[in-house]
Amino acid sequence: MNTPSGRPLSEKLVEMSWDPITRVVGSLGIHTKIDFENRRVAECHTTSSIFRGYSVFMRGKDPRDAHLITSRICGICGDNHAACATYAQNMAFGVTPPALAEWIINLGEAAEYMFDHNLFQDNLVGVDFCEQMVRATNPSVLAKAEKTEAPHGETHGCRTIADIMRALNPFTGAFYLEALRMSRLTREMFCLMEGRHVHPSTLYPGGVGTVPSVQLFNDYLVRLLRYIDFLKRCVPLHDDLFDFFYEALPGYEEVGRRRVLLGCWGSFQNPEVCDYQYRTMNEWGKAMYVTPGIVIDGKLAVEDLVDINLGIRILLGSSFYGDWENDAPFVTHDPLGNAVDQRHPWNQTTYPTPRKRDFSKQYTWVMSPRWFDKTSGEHLALDTGGGPLARFWATALAGRVDMGYVKATGKSVKIHLPKTANFDECDFEWRIPKWSNTLERDRARSYFQAYAAAAALYFIEQAFKEVHAGRTGVWNEFKVPQEAIGCGFHEAVRGLLSHHVVIRGGRIANYHPYPPTPWNASPRDSLGTPGPYEDAVMNTPLFEENGPGEFKGIDIMRTVRSFDPCLPCGVHMYMGDGKVIQARHSPMFGAGG
Amino acid sequence: MTIEEIDILWITAGLGCDGDTISMTAATQPSIEDIVLGIIPGIPKVRFRNPVLAFEVGDDFLKFFHDAAEGKAGDFILVVEGSIPDEKRNAEGFWAAFGTDKETGQPITTCEWIDRLAPKAWAVVAAGTCATYGGIHAMDGNPTGCMGLADYLGWEWKSGAAIPIVNVPGCPVQPDNFMEVLLYLLRQAAGGVPMIPLDAALRPTWLFSQTVHEGCDRGGYYEQGDFTSQHGKAQCIVKLGCWGPVVQCNVGKRGWMNGIGGCPNVGGICIGCTMPGFPDKFMSFMDQPPGSMLSSQAIQTYGKAIRALRGFTQASLNKEPPWRKRADD
Repeated sequence: MNTPSGRPLSEKLVEMSWDPITRVVGSLGIHTKIDFENRRVAECHTTSSIFRGYSVFMRGKDPRDAHLITSRICGICGDNHAACATYAQNMAFGVTPPALAEWIINLGEAAEYMFDHNLFQDNLVGVDFCEQMVRATNPSVLAKAEKTEAPHGETHGCRTIADIMRALNPFTGAFYLEALRMSRLTREMFCLMEGRHVHPSTLYPGGVGTVPSVQLFNDYLVRLLRYIDFLKRCVPLHDDLFDFFYEALPGYEEVGRRRVLLGCWGSFQNPEVCDYQYRTMNEWGKAMYVTPGIVIDGKLAVEDLVDINLGIRILLGSSFYGDWENDAPFVTHDPLGNAVDQRHPWNQTTYPTPRKRDFSKQYTWVMSPRWFDKTSGEHLALDTGGGPLARFWATALAGRVDMGYVKATGKSVKIHLPKTANFDECDFEWRIPKWSNTLERDRARSYFQAYAAAAALYFIEQAFKEVHAGRTGVWNEFKVPQEAIGCGFHEAVRGLLSHHVVIRGGRIANYHPYPPTPWNASPRDSLGTPGPYEDAVMNTPLFEENGPGEFKGIDIMRTVRSFDPCLPCGVHMYMGDGKVIQARHSPMFGAGG
Repeated sequence: MTIEEIDILWITAGLGCDGDTISMTAATQPSIEDIVLGIIPGIPKVRFRNPVLAFEVGDDFLKFFHDAAEGKAGDFILVVEGSIPDEKRNAEGFWAAFGTDKETGQPITTCEWIDRLAPKAWAVVAAGTCATYGGIHAMDGNPTGCMGLADYLGWEWKSGAAIPIVNVPGCPVQPDNFMEVLLYLLRQAAGGVPMIPLDAALRPTWLFSQTVHEGCDRGGYYEQGDFTSQHGKAQCIVKLGCWGPVVQCNVGKRGWMNGIGGCPNVGGICIGCTMPGFPDKFMSFMDQPPGSMLSSQAIQTYGKAIRALRGFTQASLNKEPPWRKRADD
């Protein structure tokens, strides 16, 4: 008997779970059923086992405090929350920060991308590709790596691919240690602009508290140039490593592959255009230095932030929450008169109801955000590609960004980096890949570090112009209105981020942040659609050489980590001893299994 | 007693954000690799088990924790990050968990882990304000009933080695502050240094005795009665909501990393994130602290007079002595 795809059916599925998934931020578990005969993952559930209740305890608080509270949502990209919260506050309070404040925030957020992608890529993800790991999972691949010259060896200093793998060994590999040190340099850059990492002290609605000076921007610039020097080795090193996996393991492009359904909410405001008014949001959204957009099957389907906003739906399905469908809505129409759905974050109320974990019912603390596509009538389970993949894809297709150092071409993004201590000036080009898969998510993460660094060079130039012209104001006063609504759109390091606030009686009546991980790590929703991790893992072929006894699930781990999970916002895999839990004789894979 | 090898078992599964773990990776005095690679003299060999940095995944990683709970491991320091939820509020389910129980298929709650591990630990460290005092997730109106580790285990709790809970507050913890405390405990484990000195809130005294204000480089503006009502200026920011004068924390002086960044020293109001009363007693954060109304008013007369007098002196000092000139002038 065959599945519709013609693939022979498996008779035996083995239950394998990993809980906790380490080398991610927060509590994540992955629970799978694996078909070892056909080397595929048959079923996957993701779980998050922590609930904190921000939307509950923020009710009734002072709306000016929102950025200081919501920063604490995340311990690696808290500043993205703080920045996004100030964007929503600015809209609700009707205040526009001075231009210099926006350049300072852009420089801080650029440093956050540089730091976080760097630490995650080489100290967390990198371990999945290191010699110690590949020796344990794919000895034949390691043997091949020993014999394969690294194409860019002269640039990055690792002669063979195996040398790259050794350089990534935790706490002993030279590149692992260098990346760890480099992540401190970029965090210093961050602290120059936003005060403290990771919960900033100097961001406010209306601007920043950072005191601008020639010294401030020089201190940032000299560190940035040292980091760029490092990137000129880092990007080719990762290219060599990822290209090798395609070559050494034919078919590896299918690992973690899913339909191209990518969302990017835009990053880096352009102060010449951005006035934080909802009515003009489409204009200033398009002026952002990372372009917002939704990419469906490789096409840029949505570009307007207003459409992005109105399409957001929060579904429950398999999470531990009660529904709010019968509550009175907070916001029936947006400021442009468009109807706002009951399942939109502005109208959501969070009712936590702790329950036992039951994979046939509720199993996680993560809800299921979806984007409602009016054209098809589908609730799309968008993913962020770990952040960089969606940012690049949307920005490249839109073709709007042109900062000199960074230029979107319609099919690629070109990045120019100037001369640094050890290297001449150089150009990188990120090209739209053939797949939305594990290796391309990881590759984009390397290239986006170059994007952020190049963008920072542009922002520094703009900041110097302001300082040299004597325009050193960085904050504008505001009053908190009695009644208002606001929304902020941003890119957290690992992808799209929105904050929605409703103010009544001068206090927070409703507040809902939607970070990237609920999108990526969401469980099966009320319509039965699995979340992106589940979906990407379920489709994945397995290349690991180990059988059930020694199985590390490396291809699954690489897939989950390619999304850059950050679950202080949720996935669970439990890896037991590999007991066979069921025998099947019916179709499994083609039928949505 | 000298301990030659020690495990550091770090649980991030309180109600937190992993920000204290991330902060720890920023430290350079000492750095995590200094500890793991055994570069600092006079401390035991350290095996570091933190979920964000571990090579191992799932059961391979949990084994370290199961072994310690069953008494099969050697000496260990338990580090807890995140606040401790009240699991007794619910008939079923859980607020926070770490790993899955193989027998029941249900998550193992963070509270169960603390109950199993704390009694066997050589020392217990609470990293960050959530774990020390409850922090942001214990804010008024929170659904989880969460609290600090000492609220959960008892403020008088002591480890088998007679060490109280060691609290290192901060939201997140200042990187070097945390690593320095860990280093002290490792030295204590190796023998030869006295019991770690802690105040009544169980904070290491050498880090948390001074107020922000006492180390703040804007304190001079305060003394001169020079306050700003605008963010982004050089003057004292008490009127913008800074609680520095009464908050025990060294960040204003130490900076955030390698002396860079911080709070009021770089234009960020102190919101009291190291204090047991955080956050509720400091909200609304952007209002002037009521206690500073009187002091900032009282300093005006003295401060303005002194500022004017210093202005005269300064103007004089900005001129060279008259004899520094060419003879033909």
